[in-house]
Amino acid sequence: MNKKISVYPEKCTGCRLCELGCSFKKTGEFNPTSARVRVSIFGEEAFYTPIVCAQCDEAWCLKACPSGAISQDYGARVVTIDREKCVGCRMCTLACPFGTITYFAPEGKAIKCDECDGQPECVLFCPTGALKYEEESTPARLKRIETARTLQSSAKEVLS
Amino acid sequence: MKGWIGKILRVNLTKGEWKAEELDKNLAAKFIGGRGLGSKILYDEIDPKVDPFSPNNKLIMASGPLTGTSASASGRYMVITKSPLTGTIASSNSGGHFGAELKYAGFDLIVIEGKARDPLYLFIEDGKAELRDAKHIWGKTTHEATDQILSETDMDAKVACIGPAGEKLVRFACIINDKHRAAGRSGMGAVMGSKNLKALAVKGSGSVIVANKEAFRKATLDGFQKVKASAVTSQGLPTYGTAVLINVINQHGILPTKNFQEGVFEGAEKISGETMADEILIRNRACFSCPIACGRVTKVTNPRYEYSGEGPEYGSDWALGACCGVDNLEAIGKANYLCDTLGLDPISAGVTIACAMELFDKGIITAKEVGRSLYFGDADAVVEMIRATGYREGLGNLLAEGSYRLAEKSGHPEYSMSVKKQEFPAYDGRGVQGMGLQYATSNRGACHVRGYLISPEILGVPQKLDPFETEEKAGWVKTFQDLTAVVDSAGLCLFNTFAFGGPEILDYLKAATGIEISLDEMMEAGERIWNLERVFNLEAGLTGKDDRLPDRIIKEPMPSGPAKGKVVELDKMLPEYYSLRGWDNEGVPTKEKLKELGL
Repeated sequence: MNKKISVYPEKCTGCRLCELGCSFKKTGEFNPTSARVRVSIFGEEAFYTPIVCAQCDEAWCLKACPSGAISQDYGARVVTIDREKCVGCRMCTLACPFGTITYFAPEGKAIKCDECDGQPECVLFCPTGALKYEEESTPARLKRIETARTLQSSAKEVLS
Repeated sequence: MKGWIGKILRVNLTKGEWKAEELDKNLAAKFIGGRGLGSKILYDEIDPKVDPFSPNNKLIMASGPLTGTSASASGRYMVITKSPLTGTIASSNSGGHFGAELKYAGFDLIVIEGKARDPLYLFIEDGKAELRDAKHIWGKTTHEATDQILSETDMDAKVACIGPAGEKLVRFACIINDKHRAAGRSGMGAVMGSKNLKALAVKGSGSVIVANKEAFRKATLDGFQKVKASAVTSQGLPTYGTAVLINVINQHGILPTKNFQEGVFEGAEKISGETMADEILIRNRACFSCPIACGRVTKVTNPRYEYSGEGPEYGSDWALGACCGVDNLEAIGKANYLCDTLGLDPISAGVTIACAMELFDKGIITAKEVGRSLYFGDADAVVEMIRATGYREGLGNLLAEGSYRLAEKSGHPEYSMSVKKQEFPAYDGRGVQGMGLQYATSNRGACHVRGYLISPEILGVPQKLDPFETEEKAGWVKTFQDLTAVVDSAGLCLFNTFAFGGPEILDYLKAATGIEISLDEMMEAGERIWNLERVFNLEAGLTGKDDRLPDRIIKEPMPSGPAKGKVVELDKMLPEYYSLRGWDNEGVPTKEKLKELGL
């Protein structure tokens, strides 16, 4: 078992409750700029999606960090920041290709998702299932089942 | 302060100055926020007799103590001003992301005073404000203006603006925020236009802090559960949008058709939420912090009515559709899109066009005067008239005054389907007596969101009432009006009340503000707000005689359908309503009542 936060953009409605749940849990205040998960909304294209840290196996942020503040828990496979060691140099934000580690000015520290020690608040607050905390192979397995269903119906069409 | 930020931004457009003021804590506790607090400030600061277009009128944008929190569907703000359509105090509610961003930017309310010499827009960022030149965006649509302002300010800013209709003082011009959300009714956009204020952009990185974190988190999660448990909020609204009501209301024979001449529309199915989902819907979209997500992102590719936008909502679908006898969903979508971009309230716009169609039908206005025929059912006429109204061109210049002034000028005010000069929304009161009483007594004229009696009378929430019955409706109307005033003041979306009621709202408010009040005290705050609005209107020159409905609704029995033979029996309900409100026979709040409410 290895659980991860997975994202299903097709289910996201752009409500940003994940941002609120996250910021409230992490800071005790409602403030989207402190949220570790952020939602991008392309209104008229009807596309909205949360963007959250993928917890890279070879984490770019970790490699870039000069103060040794970022470490990887290989058991949970989560990349975390030691607030005491973080000097607020922002190198990690430059290194991350996804924009999911950010500099939070009021604290002068980098912030990122740590999956809330296995109980991610964003997932709890998401009303549509666009964010799930599940076995990391699940999204791919669901897609394979979907593909198989498509194959099944086309096979039926051919055979009938 | 908790829940509230504790700051008011006051902007004087005449002087080009702004300042931040402390929010009076006691006033906030007494009037909650949003509609209540905004109305109190307006009442205290302007003469109710003021010309709505005078620089002495003020425009207030007000969030509530729950705005910007995780409370279910709590990203709302209200715009409060004296309405140029009704001459009453009016407040219009809007969702999207603007309200929450205002609080993150460090303000609960914005009070806009005076009039700018040249077009300006206001950029608010983290406790600071800046008035900027808007000459280059004056005349632009709401979408063009929004894109331009985002490019000049911050790509994450939230913009509320007016379109050409607001600039040209169309009496039912709205304010559009986040491109597709509207402080829709009663002409908020026209007042903004009269002040030469094109837009407000807000951007914030601050926080909203609640008093009791554990209790607030629990209330939040409980609220989500209740939204999930209600079929209306978890299935009907997200799947089909508000237009899920078209078929329901039509089946009850109260879908006003051809300017309220009938209550059953033959083409209802073609314009229903179900058909919309099949034909023009791309997918749904939520406002800030909303677990319901009733918004419709839609697209029409037919070149004749091509657009890519949002809506129509039930109200606009009906007004631009059934009320005008139009069953062409693509055309309705296009007309609604034009209302969004020009900045028009589609309800008043549609009902005003329907009024013109009836005047045309009866030979009171002619094709020669209009420049074209205006038959009921002519979809292209509706689209064309919306555009003409937004720019005040041709007949549009008269339509821009609203149905009452149009019909009165034509010598037939009886064809205006309005109360206090504001057009009816999408329910014919003849088949829903409580709704009829609500329309007559609503403080901003005909309106469904001052007390949504459709909920008990048709949908059976919180319990089913007989819609034709008049008994006990006065009490229901009072309770609904007072509770709605609380919802509008707290920063919540009214749609939450399909899933939960007073006790849950009280839980949110107590946890957010830390102020220990009882359910009765909360409802009394709603009653206080209602009475304050009433007092404003009486001082503005309205009287109990304005609590009336058009003759068609009280004298002409519904001609056919399930509500056949019915009229609104207003006389049976109004005296009881006045008495329950603690008002005299003329509808004036007694001194004792005002004292009891601390007014």
